[in-house]
Amino acid sequence: MKLSDVKDILDAEVIVGEENLDMEVKTAFGADLMSDVLAFAKSGSLLLTGLTNTQVIRTANVLDIAAIILVRAKQPSSETIALARELKIPILTTKYILFETAGRLYAKGIVGCLPKVENTSGRT
Amino acid sequence: MRKELSDACQKLKIPVGEPNQNLYNGSFTIEGGNFNCAGIVSTSIKSILQKLGIPGDLVRKAAIVSYEAEINVVSYAKKAVVNLMVVPGSVNIEVIDEGPGIPNIELAMQEGWSTADQRIREMGFGAGMGLCNIKNYSDEFHISSEIGKGTHLKMIIQTP
Repeated sequence: MKLSDVKDILDAEVIVGEENLDMEVKTAFGADLMSDVLAFAKSGSLLLTGLTNTQVIRTANVLDIAAIILVRAKQPSSETIALARELKIPILTTKYILFETAGRLYAKGIVGCLPKVENTSGRT
Repeated sequence: MRKELSDACQKLKIPVGEPNQNLYNGSFTIEGGNFNCAGIVSTSIKSILQKLGIPGDLVRKAAIVSYEAEINVVSYAKKAVVNLMVVPGSVNIEVIDEGPGIPNIELAMQEGWSTADQRIREMGFGAGMGLCNIKNYSDEFHISSEIGKGTHLKMIIQTP
């Protein structure tokens, strides 16, 4: 689906990237732990998170994340917005909680960027 | 023409006749404790590798390992030098920091082991995954550390 469909499904506000709403997205990853995002998220996915600092944008840039969906009505700082504009990474914010956000997108056909983690040895 | 070129190269101390094997060779510095700047070096590395035409998935691997290393420097060290050397066949990233060092590398390499404070955790890090992520995304990974002096990481990512 297009990012504009994601916006409608989540009744989201576009904070950065109004011009990128035609972008196609198929997969998503949700976490507040950026090291987990770095370990598991795939390029071209949506990133669903409640974290709003600049490291979210850096992480998204490193992984070529398609767009960031802030959940629980989180608002990014002005530094975060400026960096997202510079690195051309769209940010949307929705009032839905992470569980609802993921569920609503999944119901409309967005799937996880991986269904399960492969290696669970030593994971805490 | 050849002679002119040769003379010009001699003036500039460029070896003639041998292709320059270094596609890129440069250094960056990271300031410890400066949380706002964490990620700037890896963003630069990513853009340099993209410009060199390195495949996207390998650029991402290099960006991930340098970003996790950068987070570690900002979180624990005083400062660090990052050396990026790209040669045919591999991307080589070295991070040499001045800092407290790691007392037990084996323990630090264990997933979930962490000494992170609240500030690091608020950024979305500090869950004891950094070094594991670096190791997992590198084709070759070396770590050495000296207490009271610093830590030296070397990551190699193979390219076609």
